[in-house]
Amino acid sequence: MNGLQVVFLLAALVSLFSAVMVVSARRMMHAALWLVLTLMGVAVIFVTLQSSFFAVVQILVYVGAIAILIIFSVMLTRRVMEDHGDQILPGWRAAALVAVLVFAVLVGFLALWQGFTTLLVELPSDSDNLLELGKALVSPQGYVLPFELASVLLVAALIGATTIAVDRKEEQSR
Amino acid sequence: MIPIAWYLIFSAALFCIGLFGALARKNAVAILMGIELMLNAVNVNLIAFWHYYAQIHSRPYVHGLAFTTMVFVVAAAEVAVGLALVISAYRRRQTPVVDELTLLKG
Amino acid sequence: MDFLRDPIGFVIQWYVFWLGGLGLPAVWVELIAQLTGALVLATGAMLFVVFLIWYERKLIGRIQDRFGPNRVGPWGIFQPVADMLKIFTKEYITPIGADKITYNLAPILAVAAVLLLWSVLPLSVTVVGADLNVGLLFLIAVGGLGEMSYILAGWGSNNKYALLGAFRLVAQLISYEVPLVLSALVPVMLAGTLSVTGIVQAQEDVWFIVAAPAAALIFFIASLAEIGRSPFDLIEAESELVAGYNIEYSGLKFGMFFVAEFLHAFTVSLIFATVFLGGWRGPGAEQIPILGFVYLMLKTFVVYFVTILFRGTLPRFRIDQMMNLNWKVLTPLSLALIMAMAVVGGLTRGLPLFWQVLAYLLVNLLLLAVTDQLMRINQRKRARFNLAMEMGRGILTTSTKHGTGE
Repeated sequence: MNGLQVVFLLAALVSLFSAVMVVSARRMMHAALWLVLTLMGVAVIFVTLQSSFFAVVQILVYVGAIAILIIFSVMLTRRVMEDHGDQILPGWRAAALVAVLVFAVLVGFLALWQGFTTLLVELPSDSDNLLELGKALVSPQGYVLPFELASVLLVAALIGATTIAVDRKEEQSR
Repeated sequence: MIPIAWYLIFSAALFCIGLFGALARKNAVAILMGIELMLNAVNVNLIAFWHYYAQIHSRPYVHGLAFTTMVFVVAAAEVAVGLALVISAYRRRQTPVVDELTLLKG
Repeated sequence: MDFLRDPIGFVIQWYVFWLGGLGLPAVWVELIAQLTGALVLATGAMLFVVFLIWYERKLIGRIQDRFGPNRVGPWGIFQPVADMLKIFTKEYITPIGADKITYNLAPILAVAAVLLLWSVLPLSVTVVGADLNVGLLFLIAVGGLGEMSYILAGWGSNNKYALLGAFRLVAQLISYEVPLVLSALVPVMLAGTLSVTGIVQAQEDVWFIVAAPAAALIFFIASLAEIGRSPFDLIEAESELVAGYNIEYSGLKFGMFFVAEFLHAFTVSLIFATVFLGGWRGPGAEQIPILGFVYLMLKTFVVYFVTILFRGTLPRFRIDQMMNLNWKVLTPLSLALIMAMAVVGGLTRGLPLFWQVLAYLLVNLLLLAVTDQLMRINQRKRARFNLAMEMGRGILTTSTKHGTGE
């Protein structure tokens, strides 16, 4: 049981516990905070997988932007009695059953794969991967097309979100 | 020195918790949080498999990393638009609870 | 001699050696050594804030043609100690209906986010907390973590004005992250690595402020906005918005926000000095590492001095002026700068260093001149537009006055 395994187990336990709290917290603000903890746990797991770049991008994008966005929308969509009622839909038992079934199926099929128990050893060098990723994202034989499409998607999302969230009443009164 | 099985089981568990959250919660923002959990689980899975294939091939192998980048971008875009929709629906109907947004019903 | 040349490195080596001699396995030795290092760095940074508070108050006093604190101790150096004693002994008043977890977590998170920034900065050639190979991105990501604490403070106070103040502050912080990241890409391009130690290593011939002054300027302005300092301090505008997100905090919790703000200002100066002014580089810094630390502190204090000068002399921005500056000036400028630097870098690849740096410098100055000219034209247009609006309104009111026969 070396250090990396201990770190992974701690991070995994914290992430799973926080995820359970996200889906079962009564007050939305607490759920958002538990989500932040989950995302940070996942960032630690990225570090154990030797992709420190993605760990930092996870904190920058998910915690620094998406979690703040979720907190903002929780604050903007409050109802007076909302935090005290029942936060679960009536059909939650069926949903739990579906979740357990999906888990069993996923793990079952993965266990049948012959590489399931391979040990992940340390990769030779970390910064080379970043360089190769950068080159692959802009090379015509690589991933330049998804890269450009991703930027178009972001622009579309930007314009779409701004258009949807603009207050219509303000425009009507003008 | 960690068996890849641990990562795969962890990501399956996170995915199923997110699935439960997306299926069984009343508040629209809580459903989006469940979706975010699912996307994170997918990312963990992708990077675990990237590590597996990178240690099999000797030269740097970045297909998993490129896929993960795309998932990050798509998740960010989807959360932005989804939350804009939720806020806009809240302004019309004054409720973020999804089973009260029934204007199109039968 | 070794101790005199590099006291910090010497103490670190002696400590690790002593821990190893205790008979613990190697991984525990490393863990304990790193934890002790983190503890020492965090405590040192927090204790340093005492000096920073005194420095700032004296300097602002002198700018305003008065002495600053000079009662408590010679030249008032014990004034921050007196302030701290006062803050420690104040009562914690928690507002009714405040969410206990968010209300108490916010000051802790604010200070933690700032202290985390110190972990990746190289303090001399041998002393660095954690040599991450994505250090610069880590700095920006942790800054984003600090924004979370302001939202928690505003929400947890159960107070509409705190919430509004927190909203405006986070809008400002998120907006200014864009030019911050874009202008931080320029030293990354020049150095070829995201790691902060790599960026300092790459500045051995020329500091990056010489090669990319426009990027340094944008980075400095965006950093000032990120720490909520004047002239971008409309969120803690003490005379206006009733102090914003930290209205409901008293005692040491408020003290934590206060400490976080001062430490953040110093840390941002430290980051600027490391990334653009060459960090610990200076004559003889490689052979005598302690000199490197001294150089770094000197450079940081120069930048911190400039920060305080801005605070003491410039008037505050309105929020629309601030957003204008960000989205219409800084972001397009930094995007154009990245493209221009990449093009120039590609064109001058094989040339000797002097010509490369000269080309970069010329491109930067050109972009700054173009931006300045565009801003002036825009200002003249807006002034003419405003004048036209005023005249139009004047004609309208005078005619109505005649019309109603007053």
